[in-house]
Amino acid sequence: MSGNRAAARRKQDVFRWVTIGVCLLFFALPLYGMLEFTTRGPGGTRSAQTWATLLDFGKVSAEYPALKEGFLASVGLAVLTVLIMLVLLVPTMTWVRLRLPGLSRTVEFLCLLPLTVPAIVLVVGLTPVYAWVTYLLGESTLWLSLAYVILVLPYAYRSLDAGLRAIDVKTLAEASRSLGAGWGTVMMRVILPNLRTAVLSASFLSVALVLGEFTIANLFSRKNLQVAMYELGKSDAQISIAVGLAALVFGFLVLFAMSFVGGPRSATAAAPRLRRTRKESP
Amino acid sequence: MTSMTSTDGQGVAVQLTGLRRTYGALNALDHFTLHIAPGELVALLGPSGCGKTTALRCLAGLEDPDSGRIEVGGRDITSVPTSRRDMGMVFQAYSLFPHMTARQNVEFGLQLRKRSTQERRTRAADMLDLVGLSDQADKYAHQMSGGQQQRVALARALAIEPQVLLLDEPLSALDAKVRTQLRDEIRRIQLTVGTTTLFVTHDQEEALAVADRVGVMRAGHLEQLAAPEELYARPTSEFVADFVGLTNRLPGTAVDGHADVLGGRVPLLDGSATSGEVMVLVRPEGIDIAADPAGDATVLSGSFLGAHGRVTAETAGGHHVVVQVPSSAVAAYPPGTRVRLTARGDRALAVRAE
Ligand SMILES: Nc1ncnc2c1ncn2[C@@H]1O[C@H](COP(=O)(O)OP(=O)(O)O)[C@@H](O)[C@H]1O
Ligand SMILES: [Mg+2]
Repeated sequence: MSGNRAAARRKQDVFRWVTIGVCLLFFALPLYGMLEFTTRGPGGTRSAQTWATLLDFGKVSAEYPALKEGFLASVGLAVLTVLIMLVLLVPTMTWVRLRLPGLSRTVEFLCLLPLTVPAIVLVVGLTPVYAWVTYLLGESTLWLSLAYVILVLPYAYRSLDAGLRAIDVKTLAEASRSLGAGWGTVMMRVILPNLRTAVLSASFLSVALVLGEFTIANLFSRKNLQVAMYELGKSDAQISIAVGLAALVFGFLVLFAMSFVGGPRSATAAAPRLRRTRKESP
Repeated sequence: MTSMTSTDGQGVAVQLTGLRRTYGALNALDHFTLHIAPGELVALLGPSGCGKTTALRCLAGLEDPDSGRIEVGGRDITSVPTSRRDMGMVFQAYSLFPHMTARQNVEFGLQLRKRSTQERRTRAADMLDLVGLSDQADKYAHQMSGGQQQRVALARALAIEPQVLLLDEPLSALDAKVRTQLRDEIRRIQLTVGTTTLFVTHDQEEALAVADRVGVMRAGHLEQLAAPEELYARPTSEFVADFVGLTNRLPGTAVDGHADVLGGRVPLLDGSATSGEVMVLVRPEGIDIAADPAGDATVLSGSFLGAHGRVTAETAGGHHVVVQVPSSAVAAYPPGTRVRLTARGDRALAVRAE
């Protein structure tokens, strides 16, 4: 019996490692290819020249102004998207939970809807809207963040929903109101601190999504990082690929960091609290 | 302790008048009227869904009544928002702020009232001391037991020196032993601070044990409001007699303020049916039992319940009768024993036999 079981487990282990190996290979090979390509020097030698250029912000701005412009735009877009997303979603979702539980299905449906809308459809639909945005607010790549908020909505909604589920929003809000808190205080001092993890993971997901966005920006002829990279690829492939690799690695790091704040340990919100106990009690 | 006794103990009157609250076609509160005297603890008792929570939430301002008036200390607060009503609330469970320690929870209301750090510290320490949790001040909710969390919730509610203390089934999520312990402690603390208190529960034993007066609710209105002994001894309706304590329903004949039942004669309570065939509601302790081979009842079962015991017997008419006996006497009535049952003569309620 036990021998059989051990054999079965060994088989399972082998299968697991093979699967992991294949997946790693699948992901790692292109990355390796990128790294190899960006470190090619003249005459078959290795050179860190491309990477040195990339790390020198002054040089990048001087030699590749489009890249700098795209990079700054993407960072701005990421920040703005996260801000708009949070301001839009956190109070709405909390309020729906507290006062309009009947609407929760509708809100969920609306927030998940963008998953089913292809980027091109979104762009076609948004074009007339953006004509007005440009007319009213002026020409700026940053207004893309309005479209990006729609894009990140499903992911942000999921994260925040999980966070709200983990606490008894209604009871906490009622307890604090009976103690004399107005709605602002309830939000800032009671609900938000308990949603820290959820807010962080919603933000990380949004940042990762915005930094990797190409289609919508390109279709609107706006220059974000990905579009700049794409255009640069036509003239200077090495630097373009290097930026691509750096963006990918950064994206991984963001998601990796997220798995720490949003991991199963702190999903119960116990871990952050424990950490704080240690800090506060001497 | 001194700051506590000197600042509390005010106690204000609460007057709920003609409260109505409907949810669609459902009347959660139907002309609900209740007066609570200063410093009194009134328990609202009733089956699930009868509107107890709704009544408490209306008083807290968490629910707006469709009509009716709420007065606290003579002031009409019907349209005052919750945050300015000064009500200490204890919920069924999970109401502690998870990101704050016990002490921070207790201090929260004082912080909102802009009290000095020094005052907050002292007051929180006093309150935690009052509920017996001084040594748990730096613990988070998830590090405490359910009973401890409820104690902190109570300390937090009392810290703001509320005009009224509201407790909505504060013990129902706890296990039996902690429940009775904390129940008695809530009563002790309430008497110490003297805050007017509304205590909602569906557990009659709990209500009878803690309250000055118990209000039995039914379908959104108050069926009877009386001191525990009175409620038990002199229920004014069948519903109350049934809901509070164990009751035997026995057929009898009413004549002239008395009823003949179980071969005995019992005086009838006000509100009883006064003539003809009736059902008499007799408590288990209102019946005498004696082994008698010529008796017309047969013992079905007996059970020990700690201090006393109960014997269930079947009469010749096929009615099951529960009789309370000293627990040492249960063994004297093994199943099958012929017994004679006699109504002892405590006042009882009689209702029309259907
Ligand atoms: N928000 C609500 N929406 C619809 N019906 C409600 C709501 N709150 C309470 N009710 C209904 O009102 C009645 C009284 O509820 P409640 O006061 O909570 O009863 P209790 O606390 O006595 O169990 C119940 O039938 C309940 O279903
Ligand atoms: Mg209830």
